This record gives sequence, C-alpha cells and structure tokens, in this order.
Amino acid sequence: MSDRLVVNKTYKQFIGGAFERSESGRSYPVSGAGGELLANAVQGSRKDVRDAVAAARSAQAGWAGRTAYNRGQILYRVAEVMESRREEFSAEVARAGDGCSHEAAAQQTTAAIDRWVWYAGWADKFPTVLGGANPVAGPYFNLSVPEPVGVVGIVAPDEPPLLPLVSRLAPVIVSGNTAVVLASERCPLVAITLAETLALSDVPSGVVNILTGHRNELVSPLAGHVAVDSLDLTGCDAESAADAARQAAATITRVVSASAAERQWADESAQSPYLIDAFCETKTVWHTKGR
Amino acid sequence: MAPTGDFSLEYAPAPESTAPVRLASQYGLFLGGEMVESASGRLAPTINPATGEALAEVSVADAADVDRAVAAARAAWEGGWRDLPGAERAKYLYRVARLLQERAREFAVLETMDGGKPIRESRDLDIPLAAAHFFYYAGWADKLDYAFSGRRAAPLGVAAQVIPWNFPLLMAAWKLAPALACGNAVVLKPAPTTPLTALLLAEVLRDAELPPGVVNIVTGDDAAGAALVAHPGVDKVAFTGSTEVGRAIGAEVAGTGKRLTLELGGKAANIVFEDAALDQVTEGIVNGIYFNGGQVCCAGSRLLVQETVADTVVGKLQRRMDTLRVGDPLDKNTDIGAINSQAQLDRIAELVASGVAEGAELYTPQCVLPERGFFHPPALFTNVSTAHRIAQEEIFGPVLSVLTFRTAEEAVAKANNTPYGLSAGIWTEKGSRILWMADRMQAGVVWANTFNRFDPASPFGGYRESGYGREGGRAGLLPYVELVA
Repeated sequence: MSDRLVVNKTYKQFIGGAFERSESGRSYPVSGAGGELLANAVQGSRKDVRDAVAAARSAQAGWAGRTAYNRGQILYRVAEVMESRREEFSAEVARAGDGCSHEAAAQQTTAAIDRWVWYAGWADKFPTVLGGANPVAGPYFNLSVPEPVGVVGIVAPDEPPLLPLVSRLAPVIVSGNTAVVLASERCPLVAITLAETLALSDVPSGVVNILTGHRNELVSPLAGHVAVDSLDLTGCDAESAADAARQAAATITRVVSASAAERQWADESAQSPYLIDAFCETKTVWHTKGR
Repeated sequence: MAPTGDFSLEYAPAPESTAPVRLASQYGLFLGGEMVESASGRLAPTINPATGEALAEVSVADAADVDRAVAAARAAWEGGWRDLPGAERAKYLYRVARLLQERAREFAVLETMDGGKPIRESRDLDIPLAAAHFFYYAGWADKLDYAFSGRRAAPLGVAAQVIPWNFPLLMAAWKLAPALACGNAVVLKPAPTTPLTALLLAEVLRDAELPPGVVNIVTGDDAAGAALVAHPGVDKVAFTGSTEVGRAIGAEVAGTGKRLTLELGGKAANIVFEDAALDQVTEGIVNGIYFNGGQVCCAGSRLLVQETVADTVVGKLQRRMDTLRVGDPLDKNTDIGAINSQAQLDRIAELVASGVAEGAELYTPQCVLPERGFFHPPALFTNVSTAHRIAQEEIFGPVLSVLTFRTAEEAVAKANNTPYGLSAGIWTEKGSRILWMADRMQAGVVWANTFNRFDPASPFGGYRESGYGREGGRAGLLPYVELVA
C-alpha cells in the first residue's frame, strides 16, 4: 500500500455548463453499500431548479438549430468519451447504493455507452420515420415534421443510477430539446460524473443540466415551472408523480413516464424512436400549389 | 338583359330546405346500441341560435348514465371488438363513411339548424370532411402494423371523448374514426348546445350495424362531461375545447394512468409580408377569421401585417367586409351565420367592448342583423397593442385584431407572443422566407399562402397551451394505441 493520500473528488451540480454548489450552500452525505461515506453531494434548492430551467431555456434554440448531423456527432462523442472512462463509470456504479458486482456495473456502463450510440444515429433519421408528406385532397403541398417540444424536466429513476438516466436523457436531447435532470437521490454521484463527460463532449452549455438533492424539494418547482414544456416522471413514485402531473396540468405541460417494457433497462425495449417522439411536437406545413 | 337603373345588387333570399330533417320532439341517450331514456328523465332544450327557439328536448345525462355508458363500452370491447380483425373494423368504418355521404344534405341542414353555421360551410366542409375522416381511418384499421415500425399497436380500451360545439359532427368524426380504427370502444359526449348531429350519427352507426356498445353517446351538460372524464372505467380521455377546461381535465386525470390528449384554444397570427399577393391575402384573412364566425380554435384572429402595406391591406379588408352577408345560416348566400349561443355572443361583445375601452379602433360594416337569434357583425380592430386583451385572449368570434411589424424577426416575436400555439399563417411570394418563418412558428399547423385548410391525412393539434396530441394522419393514431415491443 502506498502512503499516498487519495485526492477525493468534489461533486457539484451541473448548471449552464458550470459545476456549481447550491446557492443554498447545502449538501447531504451519500453513502455506499457498506454505509461508508462516498461523498457529500449538493443538496439543490428551488432556486437551483429555476437557474437550471433558465439555462436550459436559453440553450434550447441554439441546440435545436444545430444540424441533425451535428447533434448526432455530439451524442456519438458522448459515447466515445464514456468509453474512454469506462473503468471510472463501472467502479462508481459498483460503489453506489446497494452496490452490485463489478461485472454487473461494467455491463450497465457498456449498455449506457451503446444507448448513446443508438440514439446518436437517430438524430438525422427520426424526422424521416416520424414525419413525412401527407396526401391531402387539394392542390397543396403538405408536410409534417417532428420538432423538439423545448425544455424537458427529467426525474431520473433512483436505481440503478446510470443506465436509466442515459436511457431517458438521450432520446430527449437528440431531437433538440434541452433538459433539467434530477439525479437519483440515493446514488447521485455517477450522474455528476456523466455531467463531466458531457462537458468534455461538445454538448453545448445548458443543453443538459443536472441537479442533485431531495426529490421532495425539487420535483415540485420543476413540475410547476412555466418554462418547462414536458416532464418525464419515470423516477417519481406514484404519489409524487400524481402531484407533479396535477401541477403540470396548470400549464398544459405534457407528462411522460416509462412503460414497463421501457423499464427493462438493459433490453432493446427500453429504446425507441417513439420515445424521441414523446418529447416532440408535430408541425404540419401547408403550401398552395400553383403556377 | 342589361342592368337598368333600377337594377339591384341585393341578393334574393335563397334558403336551403329543411325538408330532409325529421326532428323528434325528444331524444334519449345512445347506450349499448339503443336510444334509451336517461336515469333521471331530465331533459333540456337545444336551441336554434338563428331563431332562439327550441328545436327539440335532449336528455341530460348524469353520473348514473355515464356509468351505464362506460359499462356498455367495456362490455362491447371485451366482448369482441378488441379482438375483431382490423379488416373487419375497417369495413364498419367504410360503411359509416358511405352512410354519411348518402345522408349528407340531412346532416348539413341539421348541423346548421342546431349550431348556427352557414349552410355553405356545413354542406361543403363539415359533413364531407366528417365522412372523409371515417373513410381515411377505415383504411388504417388493418394497416396498423405498418404505422409504427418495430412496435405492435394495441388498443387502449374505453375512450372518453368530449367534443365542442363549433364543428359538432366533424369533431365527433375526428374523435371516433381513429379510436375505432385502432380497436377502442368509445363514450362520446357532445356539447350541450349542439347534440343533434351526434344523435343522428347514432342512427348511422346502427344502420352500419356497428356492434352495440362500441360507440355510446351521452348528451348533457358539463357535469356529464366531468363525470365521464373522472370515471374509473375509462382508459383514455380526449378533449377538444377551452384551455381552462383542459387544465381541469389534466388535473383530474393526473395519477390515474389514463392517457390524455387535449386540443385547446388558440390565438393564431396571420402574417402578411409586403410582397404578398394582397387580393388573395384579403380573401385569406377573411376566411381565416370569419369562417364559422370566427368560432374556430385555429382562427387567424391576429393579423400581423408589414407596416409598408398595412393601410392598403386594412382598406381592402374593410371593403371586403362591407360585402359579407350576415344572417340566416340556412341561406345559401350567407357568409356569417349565427353565433352558437347567447353565452358566446355575450363573451364576444364583452371582449369587443374591452377593445374599445383599451383604445383600439373598431370597424364594423353597416349591416342589418336579424331581429331574432344570436348575431354579431364582422369586426376589425386597428391600433391594437400586444398588451390589449383582444390581442391576447381567445375571442372565438368574428373579431380581427390588426397589428403591424417591420422585420421578419419582429413578426416571429409577435406571432409567438402568446401562451397558445395552435396555428399560424404566412403570406409572401418568397419561398425561402416561408420556410424560414415556418421553422420559427410555435404552432402545430402552419398555412402558407392559405388558411383554415383541413384534411384527414394532415395532422392537426397544438403546441404549448393549445394542447397535446394530434388528430389526423398517422400521428392521429398514436393517442389511441399502446405501442408494445
């Protein structure tokens, strides 16, 4: 054993491309499978939610304005950078929460990387599959295209900490949405490591914002925020999902939650172009034909 | 014969005959394939808004009736409808489409009598489009495997559908056709002021031999709609109506696991650039706002006109408005018929008064309104600022607010400056500008050099507070299926 003391990482929230503590100054201890302290995570606040939504809002038009080819390359780049840090991800997954074998953690990491690759390839294809020309009965050109809904709030499942997070995030941002993610409350650390990966992967600032802290403080301000256009409540329990959906109804915010098949995280059923569609609007353009 | 000095350009009355319509004095509910009395026996009159007189008495359903309707739908669904091959479901829908076409005149006249819209519109648009929707979705019923690649489309179960009064039969068709094509059973709740064509549709469904209970129709007031939406036996809720009611339904459905789609209000911008063909534009603006008396969720109620041509366009509009014929909806020459109800007329009048009070300038043509019934002349406001209520709130009447802009960027900002996002119009001869503008419209439907076009193959529905989900096209199937891996 070396006498060298390990340099521990400080885990912060990821807002607008910057790693920041909460404006509230709070933190909470995160423990591993054996009850040992892994780190203190930021205990985000209502104000942090508002800051993150503002960052997501201001980044959205620019991200949606990138070419589909460019967004696809950036998502692929996320997979590349994760691959290069696969050991770090696996070790962190294995340490988190109830813990799991290093082999299971490695499988989760691999599946998460492959999921980024799968969605990266959809960036310049889903409009072809989900939209198209409509043969209307009249002298009109008529075309439907899916467009990103805008800012999406994602409540990530508590466990496992990595693959479900990636499975819900990638289909949201591939179309040009920006996201405010509430990381797993119990296992938030790997979400912040993912944020570091995103920051290294040419994902523009504000496209993905990741908050850590207590769900019972953070879900409500996210669900009730007027600038949030859609919510993925997959990580909420039934009661909190119902409360959030009631709040969302006040601003006609679309609410999505993973189906049972989509919760088979390691299966192909967890990924779908219709999941991209769930966070899109269909825009239909008519134009007269004439000489 | 050449016109003489005495020649008058006044139109002679050209009323459509009401002979094809056979009204009953009382109507029951359509439950399990039969017309039955409501549990309470309560009835309410449905009014002809052009005369203010009652046409018939219609049952007012209560929670007990809704319960029977949902049970009938559930029984029909589990009793065979969900397992029927798509090709067989298709044939029922084709039958409905054909029966509607055969009885089109009867439906058109009844629609106009019950709702007040001009016969020209019910005859040429509402009824043919309703039939077209059934015809279109009939063809999907046995092709769902091709609609969603990699997934199987399974029906949801019992759909509760609550529809508005502005296109009564057409909205019933928009709701029923995709739901049935996908293999769901339905309880349909028509609007309180316009139940009659839905009840006539019940006859068509029976004549088509649709299995009893696959479609049930409960008439009544808002309480019946609320009971239907809240019923635990319902798997899916589809609502078209006001954003205010949409919020309440969203809150009601929250946490129940019911699927929900909403088609709500709008405050569409109709944007005119200086290079547009201004005579065509004038017709397009008139169609955009005065079609169905402006009682259209996607109506082009905000005219955004480029400053350089604003005076010209407003002048052309005013001259065109002078020639619009307001009056008897059954007259084949009528352009603007009756407002659907006294309550709606009051709301329009209140918003028009607010426009005057807030300093906008009102123009209405000199036209003589009928002495009876609910009528409002076409109205146009200039000197409107974006903060005025008439520029922000949905009026749902023949009232146009005119605003101006200088640059395309300003037009985009003003067009999107509303919580709604249902539709938008763009008028310019420059193709690249149309595409640039269309990209930036926060709206589910964008009409370029046209307005208020509808087709069963074309998805319709809103962004933001105009709702979610689409009706029409392949996208219109999605609200009625579960995609199974």
